[in-house]
Amino acid sequence: MLLSTALFMIGVIGVMVRRNIIIIFMSIELILNAVNINLIAFSAQLQNVIGQVFAIFVIAVAAAEAAVGLGIILAFYRNKETVNIDEMNVMRS
Amino acid sequence: MIVLNATLVAVTYMVLLERKVIAWAQSRLGPMRVGPYGILQPVADAVKLMIKEDITPVRADPWVFTAAPIISMVPALIVYAVIPFGPEVRLFGRQVTLYITDINVGLLYIVSVASVGVYGIILAGYASNSKYPLLASLRASAQLISYEVAVTLTLVSVIMMAGSLSMVSIVRAQQSTHLWYAFVQPVAFLIFFIGGLAETNRAPFDLPEAEQELTGGFHTEYSGMRFALFFLAEYANMIVVSSVATTLFLGGWLRPFPNVAFLGFLDVVPAWTWFLIKSFVFLYIFIWVRATLPRYRYDQLMRLGWKVLIPLAIANLVVTGIVKVLMV
Amino acid sequence: MAQAIAFYFIAACILGFAVLVISTKDTVHSVLFLVLDFLFVAALYVLLGAQFVAAIQVLVYAGGIVVLYLFVVMLVNLKRPPEAHQDPRRRTMLGFLLAAAVLVELGAIAVYGYGQPAPIVAPAAAMPVTGNTEQVGWLLYTSYLIPFEIASMLLLVAMIGAIVLAKREL
Repeated sequence: MLLSTALFMIGVIGVMVRRNIIIIFMSIELILNAVNINLIAFSAQLQNVIGQVFAIFVIAVAAAEAAVGLGIILAFYRNKETVNIDEMNVMRS
Repeated sequence: MIVLNATLVAVTYMVLLERKVIAWAQSRLGPMRVGPYGILQPVADAVKLMIKEDITPVRADPWVFTAAPIISMVPALIVYAVIPFGPEVRLFGRQVTLYITDINVGLLYIVSVASVGVYGIILAGYASNSKYPLLASLRASAQLISYEVAVTLTLVSVIMMAGSLSMVSIVRAQQSTHLWYAFVQPVAFLIFFIGGLAETNRAPFDLPEAEQELTGGFHTEYSGMRFALFFLAEYANMIVVSSVATTLFLGGWLRPFPNVAFLGFLDVVPAWTWFLIKSFVFLYIFIWVRATLPRYRYDQLMRLGWKVLIPLAIANLVVTGIVKVLMV
Repeated sequence: MAQAIAFYFIAACILGFAVLVISTKDTVHSVLFLVLDFLFVAALYVLLGAQFVAAIQVLVYAGGIVVLYLFVVMLVNLKRPPEAHQDPRRRTMLGFLLAAAVLVELGAIAVYGYGQPAPIVAPAAAMPVTGNTEQVGWLLYTSYLIPFEIASMLLLVAMIGAIVLAKREL
């Protein structure tokens, strides 16, 4: 529990502090992993496999999120030649 | 530990075997100088590579540059933990199993560990900080990822047949149905073989190290022991692919035609010998293919992977599922 | 005892690598630490008796997602490091403050949760199969069939979306 909370916090700090969008995405992966650790830990404690089923769903969602997110990064980079989120403030280009 | 050492020795001798076979295919003699017919050549090679100077390019990323060969070597070795070389045997009065572990996600373990091996190649290309290795590593990783899909799909059809992910149970299932899966699943076997060639970066899919286009591929900048590690990893991967193919499609340690009773006299040969013979035949085919076929072009390679092998593997999977449902 | 030692060791590794992921300057190093982190998380799953999820974790995260990250990092091939650009409007302190606020919220939930009596846990439904993989598979294809199909639809949509986004011109 404590481990998962700490990992979650590191992820949150990463999202808030870093400016490189790729690292922000990686922080989101960390957060999702923290959630998964929690699910698996409870599944082991309660002797119930449902937690693991949900962890698999989380992994699937993370994969989808990574694919779309990285697609967006690539498209953005092609337009503006940067991965700094501070320069991502224009809605039309 | 024994398995590890045996693997390393096998790998070094694979190199000699390959040079010999290719030499014969091109009517040359191959290495002849060291020992009778050159059988001590691997030892000489190993000593040479170990005492050679280990150069790190100035502009390379030192940490990643060092880590990359290790990353590519380790997955190739730890896969052997789940490969069953044979059933239990009596050795000096004790019951010894000829596999290290039999975890119930064995096949999945192999696939996931093999997928980690990609990092070694990508990072080697990146860390060298030079053009050819970078290009080669991008090619290699794209190739690995696309062929892994097809290979994994064929594995799924084998899992459906055996109803288990454990390597030992898969062999036992082939024993109980009295048929190797290569005959039940010929399409899957073929796709697995082609995919295995591509995943180990062997000819005719050896684009990542195409000498004519990219000098030496992703390990252009490597020398000495680190280069040796990449080399060993490639051959260790070949052995992995052939032993997995043996286990899944050729009945592992079972003797040929396990359903024919009058061939029972073949049982006097120890089971693990069959495993070794089958793997060896596979390795020989690998080398044979390299000596025979010309290299694919990169777009042809990708087209073959995505437009032929993957749809074929999916179709095979669907057919397997339908047949399985109808038979029950 | 050995299990406790293993747990604390793995936990320390996970946290240490996570800190390195978000603090390293070089993006490629960061991605590498992320891989190590995922591998240790998978080890933790094995420790907790969830081998199937562990294998999936290595296969999908370490084998798939992070390779994708590495590809993007190489394609993006930064000419100037993004952190060098200082935006005067950006407040790093504010980020830490917001993270602290989230921590306080989590702590509040934890305290509140300890105050409540522990919920009565329904015993796991008897399953016709044994073995971790079989149990997970059984649940996925019986009780959770609809979420499973929705997840596959989501993956399909994501795949199409990623292709559309990353394509140079339509």
